[in-house]
This record gives sequence, C-alpha cells and structure tokens, in this order.
Amino acid sequence: MNLSMKRGIQWLCAVALAVLPSAVAAQAVKAKYPDHHWYSWWMNILPDNASTYASKIDDMFDLILWITLIVFVLVEAALVYFLWKYRSKPGRKAIYYHGNNRLEIMWTAIPAMILVFLAIFSNSLWSEIRSPNRFPKDAPVIRISPRQFQWDITYPGPDGKFDTPDDINTINQLYLALNEPVQIKLLAQDVIHSFFVPEFRIKQDAVPGMQTAVWINPTKAGEYEIACAELCGLGHYRMKGYVHVIARDSLDRWKTAQAPAPVAEAAPTATTDSSKTSK
Amino acid sequence: MSTIVLPKEIKGASHDAHGHHELSFWRKYLFSLDHKVIAIQFLFLSSFFLLVGGLLALVVRLQLGWPDHTGWFYKSMASVFSMIFSQKMITGGIILPEFYNSAFTMHATFMIFFAVMPFLMGTFANFLIPLQIGAGDMAFPRLNMASFWLAFIAGLVMLSGFFVPGGAAGGGWTSYPTLSAIPELSGVTWGQNLWLFSLLLSGISSLLGAINYITTVVNMRAPGMSWMRLPLPIWSIFITAVLLLLAVPVLGAALILLMFDRTLGTSFFIPHGLLVAGSPLTGHTGGGQVLLWQHLFWFFGHPEVYIMILPAMGLTSEILSVFSRKPIFGYKAMVLSMSGIAFLGFMVWGHHMFQSGMNPLLGTTFMISTMLIAVPSAIKTFNWLGTLWGGNLKFTTAFFFAVGFVAMFAIGGLSGIFMASTPVDIFIHDTYFIVGHIHYVLFGGSLFAIFGAIYYWFPKMFGRMMSERWGKVHFWLAFLSFNGVFFPMHILGINGMMRRIYDYTGYAHLSHLQPMNAFMSVCAFILGLSVLIFLFNMIWSIFKGPIAPVNPWHATTLEWTIANPIPHGNFAEMPRVFRGPYEYSAPNTPGDADFYPQNVPPPGFGSAERTAH
Repeated sequence: MNLSMKRGIQWLCAVALAVLPSAVAAQAVKAKYPDHHWYSWWMNILPDNASTYASKIDDMFDLILWITLIVFVLVEAALVYFLWKYRSKPGRKAIYYHGNNRLEIMWTAIPAMILVFLAIFSNSLWSEIRSPNRFPKDAPVIRISPRQFQWDITYPGPDGKFDTPDDINTINQLYLALNEPVQIKLLAQDVIHSFFVPEFRIKQDAVPGMQTAVWINPTKAGEYEIACAELCGLGHYRMKGYVHVIARDSLDRWKTAQAPAPVAEAAPTATTDSSKTSK
Repeated sequence: MSTIVLPKEIKGASHDAHGHHELSFWRKYLFSLDHKVIAIQFLFLSSFFLLVGGLLALVVRLQLGWPDHTGWFYKSMASVFSMIFSQKMITGGIILPEFYNSAFTMHATFMIFFAVMPFLMGTFANFLIPLQIGAGDMAFPRLNMASFWLAFIAGLVMLSGFFVPGGAAGGGWTSYPTLSAIPELSGVTWGQNLWLFSLLLSGISSLLGAINYITTVVNMRAPGMSWMRLPLPIWSIFITAVLLLLAVPVLGAALILLMFDRTLGTSFFIPHGLLVAGSPLTGHTGGGQVLLWQHLFWFFGHPEVYIMILPAMGLTSEILSVFSRKPIFGYKAMVLSMSGIAFLGFMVWGHHMFQSGMNPLLGTTFMISTMLIAVPSAIKTFNWLGTLWGGNLKFTTAFFFAVGFVAMFAIGGLSGIFMASTPVDIFIHDTYFIVGHIHYVLFGGSLFAIFGAIYYWFPKMFGRMMSERWGKVHFWLAFLSFNGVFFPMHILGINGMMRRIYDYTGYAHLSHLQPMNAFMSVCAFILGLSVLIFLFNMIWSIFKGPIAPVNPWHATTLEWTIANPIPHGNFAEMPRVFRGPYEYSAPNTPGDADFYPQNVPPPGFGSAERTAH
C-alpha cells in the first residue's frame, strides 16, 4: 500500500514534469498568436513549394518519413513491450540464448534492400536537379556573387554577356520569370555563403574561388526570401534577399526600367579608359 | 576437458613488483601512472567541460528562445549570465552576436573534444581495458599520463580563447575557411589560433591514448582471454582506437595548414582574387582551395562521429546484457557490425558536402556508402532488442540510461536517412534538422550511454554506490527534457530554419517559430538542471555513498572479481579466463547464481589439469 502510493506519487511527478512546460508553452503561443492552431506545426510544416522540383523533393521526403516512421514505431513499441513483459519478477529466470543467425541475416538484408532502394530512387531525382548535363538548355544565366552580408546579383543585359556595360546589377533583389527555367551561377567574393530559397527547395553553397551553379524553374508567382544557409560571419543571420517571380512581360519591363543603371555603372569604366588614353 | 597452457612469464605481472611501496601525494593523485587514477582524472576533466559546454548551450538557447530579448525568463536568465560572462559578451542584458557565434562554436568544440571524447576514450578506455582484459596496467603508463596532461593543457588553451582580444573562435566547430582563415572576415583573431593549437594538442593526446589502447589489448590479455571472449566495451574501444589512429593525423595536417594560412601568410585554403569589404585581400597570394579543408576536415570528422558513438555502443551492450541477465544477442554480429561501421566510416565523409559545390557524381557515391552504413547500426539496434527479449530485466538507473540510449539512437539513426538522401538533403542541409539529428546521436546516444556507464562502474571506481533514487530523478528529467529540446529541432528544420543563426525572426517563413523555440529553451534549462543533479549525486557519492560490495550487479567480467579499492597493479594473481563475458542465466552455472564469472574454473578443472601434468 505504502509502496504503491509512493509509486503513484512518482508517476504523478513525472507526468507533471512532462505536462507543465507544455502547458506553459501552449499558453504563451495562445497569447502571442491567437489564431494559431496547435497542429499548424505538424500539418503543412514544409514551406509552400514554388519550383518544378520542389514537390518531387517533398515526395521523396514523405516516402522516407513513412518508412522511418514505421520502423520507428515498430522498434520503440518492441522496446516498450519487452520492458513491460520481461521486467524482473520474483521467480523469473531469463532464457539462455546467444542469438540466431537466420535472424541476423534477415535484419541485415531487409534494411540493406530498403536503403539501396532509397539510394537508387533518390539518385534519379538528384541527377535531375544537379547533373551538369541535365541543366535546362539555353536557359538564361544570372550571376550571384554574395559577400558579407549581401547578395550582389548581375543580369547579362541585352547583349547576353557578362562584364559588359549593359549588365544589370541589383543588390538583394532577384527577378525571375514565371515558368521559365533559369541558371544561376554562384561565386562568393569573400567567404562561403549558401544560396537558400526554402520555397524552391534549393540550396547551394557559393564558394570563393570556385563557381557553382543551380537551375530553377519557378512555378508560382510571388515574393520569396533568399537566406544564407552557411555561417558567414557576424551578419550571417541578416543576410537576406528577395526573389520576385513575375510574368515574362513584367520582367522585360523591369529590365528596360533598369537600363539607365548601367550608364551609371559604365561611367567609371569610361573614366579609366580616358585616363589610359591620356597616358 | 581442454588444457590451457600458461605462459612461463606472465605478462603484466611485473607491475606487482612496484605496486607496494607508498607513493607521494603528487605521484599518487596528480602525476600518477596508474590507469585507474588517470581514468578518474579524465572523468573530472570531462565533467568540468561538460558543464562549460552545457553553459554555452544555454546561452545559445536563451538567445534562440527570445531573440527579441524580452520576457521575464529571458531577463532573469540574462542577468544571471551577465554575472558569469564579461561585458563584451553580454551587454545590458543582450547577448551580442559576436558572443553568440563563439558560444555555439565553443559549445560544440568543448562537448566533442573535451567532454564526450575524453569520457569515452579517456575515462572508460583507461579504466576498463586493463581491468576487463586482466592486465596490471596499460602497456605504456607514462604515455598514458602524458595523454591526460596534454588533454588538460589543451582544455586550458581552448578555454583561454574567451579571455583574449577578439574573443573565442566563432566560425563554427567545423571552422570552414575562408571565414576561419582571414581574421578581417570573422573579427576573431587570437581566439581562432588558440582553437587550432588546442585541437592539435588534444589530437596528440588522442593519438597517444590510441597507441596505448591498441598495444594493451593486443599484447596484455590474460591467459584464456581470446578475442572472442573480450567484453564488448573492449572491442568497441579497440576499434575506436584504430579509427583515432587513422583519422586524427588528417585533422592534425589540416589544422597545421590552416594555422600557416593564418600566421605565416600561406594560401592553402585561400583562393585567388578574394575581396574583403570590396577591396582585394592583401598579404596572401591566393591559389588555394576552399574545399580542400572540407575534405580533410570531414575525412577526420566523420570517423570522429563514430569515435564518439562506437564506445557508447560497447558500454550500452554490456549494461543491457548484465541487467537483462541474458547473454548479449549476437555477440559476433555485434563485433562484425562495429568493424563494418569503422570500415565504412572512412568512406562517407562526402555526405557533409552534398551542397558544397563538390561534383554531384561524388554525391551519388557518398549517398550509397552512407545508406549502407545505416545497416550495421540497424543490426546493432535489433540485437539490443534481442538481448532484452526473454530477459529478467532489472530496472537500475544504469539500465534506464542504456535503454534510453537504444530508444534515442534509433531516432538519430532514422533521421540520418533523410540527410543521406541527396535530394532531400538539398532542403534540410544546414537547417535545424541536422542539429536535431546530431544531438539525438551524441546526447541521446553517447551521453546517455556515458551516464549509464558512470552509474554502472562507479562502485568499482570509488568503492561506493551512487544514489539510485537521484539517479532515477536524473534519468526522467533528462529523458523528458532532452526530447523537449531536440525533437522540435526536426520540425524547425522542416520549416527551413537555418542553423547557426542569431535571430530568425526577420524571416517570413521562420518568425512564427518563436514560441516553439521558447519551449525548447525552457526544456534546455531543465536538461541543464538534470545534469547538475547528476554531478551532485556523483560528487556526494564519492564521499558519502554507501560502501559498494565487490560485485554489486552480479556481473561476470574480471573487474568485478577484485576487492575495493583496487590496488596499483590490479590483480594479486594473474586471472585466467574460461568463458565469454556474457554467461548470464546459463543452465550449467554452479549453485543458484544466474551469472558465471569469466575467471571461475569449470567444475573438475583443477583435477583435469593435475592429470595433464
């Protein structure tokens, strides 16, 4: 009687310890976000998907989630069941058993098969996204050269070439045409940064001294954020840019509106030229 | 009955000769050559750095829980922390970004190199190898002492980073160049140099340890202690020592090269044409490769992850078998899978670099090897379940932690599959998903195993028992709050929350995550409290715990045959081993016991030997 009461109190304490912080947290959430439902973290927690391969990555994620969820439930359920079933009792004796080779082979082969299947399955998507010879052909190229702590973005301009006077330069503002593939070449100026747009499900390190590339085909118009995903110094957390996915004609209009900018950009080049000729 | 031939000159017995005269205080407790004293020195060193690392983790959690620096919890905790940390770290109740970067960098560094590694490969490797294989001491006692004192100095050097101008290293524990190579880019000057120097010292310490452990296990096993009769902790430590021997020199090389880049103006990791705040970098010619560091670092870094989990697996296997009163399920499979992990562990380093700009074809190769390395981990998990099945489970604190290890390691293993899949990794790489994953492996895994092992071997280390009641309190607090901190990290990661970020509230897809972060932070403080309870229990029990019997857990391995306190030289008589380490509940056990110690001769053994003579 005394012992069971003690047990009961112990259990109550344990449950209270689990419940209390959760209750406090729930209260805090309610106060801060009155319209927020507790399940909104669990349902649709992946950000909106807005590129051609985003939903494929999500499907892959879901597949792995289901497989691991089943294994997780089976393993933890077996663990809890064994703990309850084989708990020490007076008169109980453990069985004397060293193992079973058939079981060992089984639980080696089955996980191996599942994992190799996952690897093969993953790889077809990986090469679709990343293989250099499967990049969309003739897609326009945009150059992004991040530095501490901003995204320097360059469009080649009407001549289609970089480092010419008609280049369009922006900082932190990337404009893309809806439903048109585009290639982005990344080259960091100072330290490693990582180009991350959650809605596109794309992340690629921008490395100093080495060009990397990704391609995107945006499927939803709107404004998204570019985040830096690789620690790049003190301002890492605020190295934010924006992607504007707009219709083709709006993009063309934006590019024409940017046209005066290259003139200002070209001015220093002209002066250096004149200084050269004056020598 | 087979006869066992005893060697004429018994290895290790020579230690008995100098085990009797009284040693001075210095030689006995500080500059001791006794592996047991060195083990306890490592125990105190790791516990201290566990506290330091934990404190830094709480700084990180405090910032992440309340990035707007408001709320009574934030304010009260920040004022407590202002008393510990200087004005340059926390000013006016605000954790500065500089300090935040140092805090997560040094948290990881202390936990990995000065807590988990010395707990496993300092404390338990030192304590268990001679005692479980039946040797008088380590093969090289002086090397062993040097290993501890190098680790101690390395720890002090690392700690001193907080007191130099510019603060401690803040480039992440991975210290990727060029951020770590050029002081102007990170703002950290001496802190990073000290970081590199300290890790070099701690690497040498690990190498000395590894050489010692390998030599001792190969050469100094007691008669009859064949490889297949070695307790699993010894197997795991032996395999880990081989990993250390092969992986640490690569880290050493990388550290030296980066040190040269920082101090001598070389450009191993600094490419040509770098701009610092828009103007060309001076003082370096360039021509180096940024990715070279990542290859070198992770060639060490991934085996390092297994260095921190394999010994924990060995310790857990021992504890599970003892308290299930059952032989370990699939001893050979356990040994083979650990060897498999060690072998494959050297072929998976590229999975840290899927998004680094490395050739995507290499991504495919590393994905396949990474998927494969999950198989031996799965085998081990199933074998642990098999060990519990049909057992007679004794619910001690050590057993709770061992079971906690299995439960949490399963989560850490499964979450790893997400990142192994290259396309899924594109999204969750460098997010909180990976932070959650690594903590399930290293805290829920390694550290739970370490806690369990301390409760289990404490009676042999100090001759006293730890409090079981406070042990259970420690377990339940730690288990619940651990999951409260680290499980939501997966959810943050799926939301796209980047790691190593000072303030996430400026991002549209992350700003709603503040309440969840606050909840995690409260849990983190409870977790910190549980570790304090553990440390108080440990220290209190060293002086006041009930006197431990010789073999409190009714275990079979050799260390439990020696009376407390164990003398210098360990075994009065060279033990002789007659059977494997997990003979629990064997039907042929003499008497009523449910365990058959390794050194007890089978009935009629003496007479058989006499007739053989």
